[in-house]
Amino acid sequence: MSGYTSNPRIRPQESLPWIIAIAAFFLLPEYLSLGARILVYILFALSLDLILGYAGIITLGHSAFFGLGAYTAGILGAKYGVTDPFLQLIAAAAAAALLGISTGAVILRTKALTLLMLTLAITSIVLEIANKASWLTGGADGLSGVQVAPVLGLFKFDLFGRTAFIYCLVALFFGWLLVRRLIYSPFGAMLTGIRENTARMHAVGAPVYWRLVLVYTLSATMAGVAGALLTQVNQFVGLNVLGLEPSGDLLVMLILGGVGRLYGAFVGPVVYLVAQDYLAKQYPEYWYFGIGVLLIVVVLFARGGILGLFDKWLQALSRQRSSARASAR
Amino acid sequence: MAASALETEKLCKSFGALTVADDIGFRLAPGARHALIGPNGAGKTTFVNMLTGAIPPSSGRILLGGEDITRVNQAARVRRGLGRTFQITTLFRKLPVLDNVALAIAERDGVARRMWKAASRYSEIIGEAEQLLATLGLSADARTPVQDLPYGRQRLVEIAIALGLKPTVLLLDEPAAGVPSQDSHHLLDVLAALPTEIAILIIEHDMDLVFRFASRITVLVQGQVLVEGTPQEIAADRRVRDVYLGEATHA
Amino acid sequence: MILYVISVGLSVTMGLMGFINLAHGVFAMAGGFILSTAMTRLGLPFPLAVLAAFVVVSAGSIVLERLLYSRLYAAGDLAQVLFSIGLILISMAVARLIYGNLAAPVFLPDYLRGQVHILGRDFPTYRVFLIVFSSLLIAALWFGVERTRWGAMVRAAVDNRGMAQSVGINTRQLFMATFALGSGLAGLGGALGADILPVQWSYPFEHLVYFLIVVAVGGLGSLRGPFVAALLIGVADTACKYWIPEFGAFLIYVATMAILLWRPMGLFGVRA
Repeated sequence: MSGYTSNPRIRPQESLPWIIAIAAFFLLPEYLSLGARILVYILFALSLDLILGYAGIITLGHSAFFGLGAYTAGILGAKYGVTDPFLQLIAAAAAAALLGISTGAVILRTKALTLLMLTLAITSIVLEIANKASWLTGGADGLSGVQVAPVLGLFKFDLFGRTAFIYCLVALFFGWLLVRRLIYSPFGAMLTGIRENTARMHAVGAPVYWRLVLVYTLSATMAGVAGALLTQVNQFVGLNVLGLEPSGDLLVMLILGGVGRLYGAFVGPVVYLVAQDYLAKQYPEYWYFGIGVLLIVVVLFARGGILGLFDKWLQALSRQRSSARASAR
Repeated sequence: MAASALETEKLCKSFGALTVADDIGFRLAPGARHALIGPNGAGKTTFVNMLTGAIPPSSGRILLGGEDITRVNQAARVRRGLGRTFQITTLFRKLPVLDNVALAIAERDGVARRMWKAASRYSEIIGEAEQLLATLGLSADARTPVQDLPYGRQRLVEIAIALGLKPTVLLLDEPAAGVPSQDSHHLLDVLAALPTEIAILIIEHDMDLVFRFASRITVLVQGQVLVEGTPQEIAADRRVRDVYLGEATHA
Repeated sequence: MILYVISVGLSVTMGLMGFINLAHGVFAMAGGFILSTAMTRLGLPFPLAVLAAFVVVSAGSIVLERLLYSRLYAAGDLAQVLFSIGLILISMAVARLIYGNLAAPVFLPDYLRGQVHILGRDFPTYRVFLIVFSSLLIAALWFGVERTRWGAMVRAAVDNRGMAQSVGINTRQLFMATFALGSGLAGLGGALGADILPVQWSYPFEHLVYFLIVVAVGGLGSLRGPFVAALLIGVADTACKYWIPEFGAFLIYVATMAILLWRPMGLFGVRA
């Protein structure tokens, strides 16, 4: 999809997610807070896809950046009276970027299990800090009463989630734009190269380590913004944005949608969160069971996720059509 | 201009008690067509890996164009002009041939860091890649994924990538390995047509190729340089025949 | 020490098969549940129940390996991670359905309760038993790996699978057997440790980080490594809780990071 032979023009199908989102805004007003949550997770998933799908870094620690961003916004809004939403976002982005570059520089020299382990360790450390520093973070109770001033001074965060939805949608739009540009750029082609054959990238003179640190930091920043958005939407932040669980959930969402294909990050969270909203309430014990089975099925038979299956279906259709045409002659 | 394109001084490598490279002194002249031969286990691969920076020597120095690169890492050596092909094809298999070469050119030009403009809009890079593919006879395959190509042509892509880096020194690690005999003619032509400014060191077992291609041959046996000279001198050398060529004619 | 018994199997299978199996805790949990069920429902005595845990989990793991794991040996790290996460989720759901939210009740036999008097100090009998048992286990494993033919094959295969295969070692069967042993040991550890690490449905997830720490720090494929790592964790954990209770787990994570950055292959790592 990326690379020197690909076509970067925006295809008509790519406007679909935005059309659906705007339609949802008007047609499903009761579900807008769920919708805002989905949008936040799409942004979060995009950030993970950047390093997982494109650079090939397997991490279970991405929640560290998400959570740090969430808590930065929360602490500023609840404790220090910094209520301007953009200031909160910028602070969250900065904090996440700092954590990203410092941890990335340290751990990206390792690979595979060691790397995975280190990412787990980091997110566990952040969780522990958030847990213990309750004077700042509210500990296990979390921070409620996070104040967020009206966006641009005009749009207050209302109870129905209307402002929240549009706010997140706009943020997601910018995130999407940045990621899309990146993927089609030479940098994106280079990331694909690192994922496809790291040895070869070294052998063409690429300073692989520094490139990985760079993309890791970018991804962390994005995850931090997503976390901050969640806090702003809920006006609350708790420990559940940190640790293994959100990282694991995100990984499942991304795999479900399809890794390394930009729109997998859109499809996955939608399917997962909608299903969770409905099924997990009805049959909580079966929810984990179902997800587990789904995961194994996807891994064994549908590695490309939903979008992968969709592609295969399209291919099969076009083959049918061309053979029908051939036999009709 | 430095006297040698690539040079080693007293290069040694030991793994514990096992010495695989012993006091190797080697000179590659600019524009050379030099071959390194030796029986299996002679230490050729270790030597090449030390030259490229994949493994560090136990002692000794390596100089590229007169500059000491012993402590320089692999990617940095490539940026300084040391290119290589791999014995086992190391390509971006799922990517088209053009992308494989373009990635190398982009690295050399410093374009690979750019994040905004789309890669396919860098017409200079793509143009150069297409030209390179044309010289190697790969134009028809430009948009084919590497894994769909026959092995012989994949070996050519290896060479294309290395050339895309515009190296001053090129190490070809068994370029003919695994190439079926009908394709090796084309490979020979390609090698013969390589730019004369590049100093080339070829590691090979195919004696036919070696004697047609090289103007100088170094023979490595058990980690040491046995003898070095012109193809005629090597062919006539009794020791070489005993150690190596005797095996080859029976192979 | 329980950590060691559970994790040693993981170290060997991960080192041997190169398979990132995060679901190892599932086998430990299963062992614990089997112990509990065997004792409370079937009335088996403790030693027999422990043995049952080992055997049943081993057998079960073979089934899983044949059906599922073996398909993913060449599938790449991501697929393996995802697969094992899926397995964890399924087993946690099943455990919750069968056993509910409470920890499985475990009743230690009388002769293992109370205190034992050694060298002028009192130690809990069960802990002493565990230490003795683990030491015997490591001795047995060491003997098995260093001295027997099976052990030699395992070591060869860990070192270089391709070579081992071409020498005629049936790596498939070897994997199966070793995996069964490793998982069985996990079950054993889970059963023996049920008193200390309560076995409930969230077990595999809760303790995942610790198992991974022991294995990553100890080094994949080694036997001594996890032993030392488990020891270190145990000591660090107790020391932290005693001196700086505020920072508990925090220090363990930091120490793990420090060790892994200094020695990415783990303290006794085998793989290059």
